[in-house]
Amino acid sequence: MDIRNELRKAAREGCIRTADIERIASSAGLATASVERSALEAGIVPERYRRNGSTISPEQQLRLLSSTAAVVGCGGLGGYVVEELARLGVGRLIAIDPDVFEEHNLNRQLYAVGESLGKPKVEAAAARIAMVNPSVSMVPLYERFTSDSAKRQLSGSVVVVDALDSVSARRELAASCSALGLPLVHGSIAGWFGQLTVQYPGESTIDSLYAGFGGDKGVEARLGNPSFTPAVVASLQAALACKLILGMESGLRRRVLMIDLLAMSFETISMG
Amino acid sequence: MGDRKMKSTINVTVKLFATLREGRFDIRSMELADGATVADVVSLLGIAEEEVALIMADHRHREMDYALADRMTLALFPPVGGG
Repeated sequence: MDIRNELRKAAREGCIRTADIERIASSAGLATASVERSALEAGIVPERYRRNGSTISPEQQLRLLSSTAAVVGCGGLGGYVVEELARLGVGRLIAIDPDVFEEHNLNRQLYAVGESLGKPKVEAAAARIAMVNPSVSMVPLYERFTSDSAKRQLSGSVVVVDALDSVSARRELAASCSALGLPLVHGSIAGWFGQLTVQYPGESTIDSLYAGFGGDKGVEARLGNPSFTPAVVASLQAALACKLILGMESGLRRRVLMIDLLAMSFETISMG
Repeated sequence: MGDRKMKSTINVTVKLFATLREGRFDIRSMELADGATVADVVSLLGIAEEEVALIMADHRHREMDYALADRMTLALFPPVGGG
């Protein structure tokens, strides 16, 4: 079967609908993701990505679909990051988290719903993404991130998103990413406040960020996290991950973005 | 010696982030002795050094022993680690 010819026949205004992609995939015995990639190679955009408009070119969409991102932590930040990267069309997503959903997650964690309580967060994420974008290959790892397992856990990733909830784990992840030569998108939150940075291989921005601090939990232990702060910071992390996958400048190399939702101020600090 | 023109005090704008504001302020201009360091300001405000994770002065990341200069902005941030 001539896939390209089938795609051209089915395409309307340069786009192809999911139903046609599924039909062609089924008759050719291929995965839908593979047919989507063939479409993009022929300059035909899957309908689900039409509204990425000129922000994401067909070449960039193909690159996203052919890339793997790891999201470490699948709670407040991680849930939104997984959702946004899947809708963006990142082809393979590794989600790592050893926890199950609990009632106190309901105020902010996207995949915490009545029926997911008591279930592994990464399993809920995988079930959701199967509905949102079935072409995305989800790799749910129901386990803790450790530096000993980093190579296996992050395997294939071109970018890693730090959506963890403890300072020691964040430091461990940052060190592992440096050792593996992977760029890391850091985001953390407490109350009305958040911070973001990108640590590139060979840099030690995360260590500088917590230099004077020996503890494990920051001020979030007391301030908690309301619904909107993780959504804000996770969206910025998704934008940064998108740029890194596409080889664009992140804008946060050796810079930390400090977010204050009380003052509605975004301020960057040069880490020198 | 009587003609010494050196300014004996400096004015620094101090901004506090998150929990560091509690019982203090968001932003305030402080008059400090010339040569005052970040640690001096932290001590004046009754903040324990371990409560401060990140220091920004003159738009850059600094250490506790950094000497402030007139008209600088100093911002202090506590550790933020939630996810």
